[in-house]
Amino acid sequence: MKSATKNTFLARALIVLLMAITLLPFLSMLSAALAPQGSYPNGLQWPTDPQWGNFIKAFEVAKMDQLLLSSGLIVLGVVPLSVLVATMAGYGLAKLTSDKYKWLYLIFVFGLTLPFEAVITPLYYEVRAMGLLNTRFAIILPLIGLYMPFGVYWMRAHFLNVPQEIGEAAQIDGATRWTEFWYVQVPLARPAIMSLTILLFLWTWNQFLLPVVLVQDPMQRTMAGALGAFQGQWGTDIPLLCAGSLLILTPTVIIFLIFQRQFVAALMQGAVKG
Amino acid sequence: MTETPSSVPDAKQNKKRLPPSRGSRKTRLTAWLFIAPAFLAYATFVLVPLGMSLYYSFLRWDGIGEARFHGLTNYTTVLTDSDLLQIIGNAFQLVLYFTLIPVGLGLAVASAIRGQMNGRFGMATRTILFLPQVIPLVAAGIAWSWMFASTGLVNQALKAVGLSSWAKGWLGDFVWALPAVGIIGAWVLLGLCTMLLVTGITKIDASLYEAARLDGARPWHEFRYITLPGLRQEIGVCITVTVIAALASFDIVYISTQGGPGITTTVPGLEIYRLAFAHRQVGLASALAIVLMVLVLVSIAPVQWFTRDKK
Repeated sequence: MKSATKNTFLARALIVLLMAITLLPFLSMLSAALAPQGSYPNGLQWPTDPQWGNFIKAFEVAKMDQLLLSSGLIVLGVVPLSVLVATMAGYGLAKLTSDKYKWLYLIFVFGLTLPFEAVITPLYYEVRAMGLLNTRFAIILPLIGLYMPFGVYWMRAHFLNVPQEIGEAAQIDGATRWTEFWYVQVPLARPAIMSLTILLFLWTWNQFLLPVVLVQDPMQRTMAGALGAFQGQWGTDIPLLCAGSLLILTPTVIIFLIFQRQFVAALMQGAVKG
Repeated sequence: MTETPSSVPDAKQNKKRLPPSRGSRKTRLTAWLFIAPAFLAYATFVLVPLGMSLYYSFLRWDGIGEARFHGLTNYTTVLTDSDLLQIIGNAFQLVLYFTLIPVGLGLAVASAIRGQMNGRFGMATRTILFLPQVIPLVAAGIAWSWMFASTGLVNQALKAVGLSSWAKGWLGDFVWALPAVGIIGAWVLLGLCTMLLVTGITKIDASLYEAARLDGARPWHEFRYITLPGLRQEIGVCITVTVIAALASFDIVYISTQGGPGITTTVPGLEIYRLAFAHRQVGLASALAIVLMVLVLVSIAPVQWFTRDKK
């Protein structure tokens, strides 16, 4: 048993080390964010006179209120619709089609490993032709399409595990597929839908490539895209940059802390399946 | 929540009896109606652009003027031009950092702890280790640009232990910029891989280890013959996720180095963006995009093959 306790100690030490490594960049940013503006702070050094005002300045300079609104609108445009459409398709593929239509599913799955960079150039011309360049729709519409491989894969996997009898019972009671879907299948699928919602929310909020290419105005972008612009503008003022970055990453961290359990579960399953 | 990975893929379980109505025309129509919206979105914003990428890749086109058919020239350029080859090589070098560090450290932690992480400590661990997954990669890039800056924490630490001569602006250094970018990616992926492997190892039957110990197995043998095979799936997942993250990286590089100094940290994703929108070489950018897509597929396929549950 001696080796077991030694092992546990070693494991704890390793994990504490990993946690420290994970947290250090945040602490270093915080210490820099509190240094006097325009100064050149050191990596990790608690300032003698912490300038909490830097955060207020960064909030104003970055127009955080508008950014939050913009990101929120984009998330609202992308996530509910993507989840709905993916859930419907997942149900259709799992429950309504026979093996003959496996190819349809495979077409969706093909997109799972597709790097967004592989389609970004034509997307630019496509979105421009639609007259949507520099609007939030330039981010919203393509993202819905780009999320389909994962969304459909995810929801189909869920519906495959729902016993056939459940749908049959509804059918015998004379329900149409549509009522069966809404009143029987969707309520049962709630955990899967919840995880998918969380993942799509995160990916949308943090999406960077699409806003950079398709939307010039930072105020029409996602948080991550706006942060890129913020860095471009204030990159040399380290205290302000660090304060702004910390502000911009706060919303997701807060939501993460509230829904911690669901997030961890979603991210782990998401990785396993994606 | 209840899904085990092995139950996910594919058709094996489809062979169950079909409901009587499943093959009928009406059901087929309903099926199409359920699938059509998703398919339309996917076709419009993925399949069509992909087709266009493929088409562009055979053109010589500046994005504005007239396009000319260019045959396979763009592809031969991608596969022979020394700069582009170096850029593709950079991506594979990043794989070393993005993949080996998180998987290696994750395995070390998992085999040391070999059990559930419960209680407050487990909760705190999960929360903290997942933070890098939750924040935008852009923020990770900014945080680490600051860590690696000349007055940043990395240099401060080096000076503290008397290695002042090692201090440098890491991200501006021709030799060290790419490893530094690799470290950023490793930092982002570390927590996810660790947690996946720690969770995975709890599913290995503990009696296997006991039996091995009774047979006088050394720790290395336990690791080699029980832990590694038992974690095959989880390792596969980690490798898949991290390899894709490395080959298709864009955000971190864009923020931390813009590909420099020179092209020492330029990756295909960034080069596609530059070629298409700054240098107006849409054809070449598209050829590189197609090559990148194929490289990702080709790199992932064997991992999937080796780590699939073989039943």
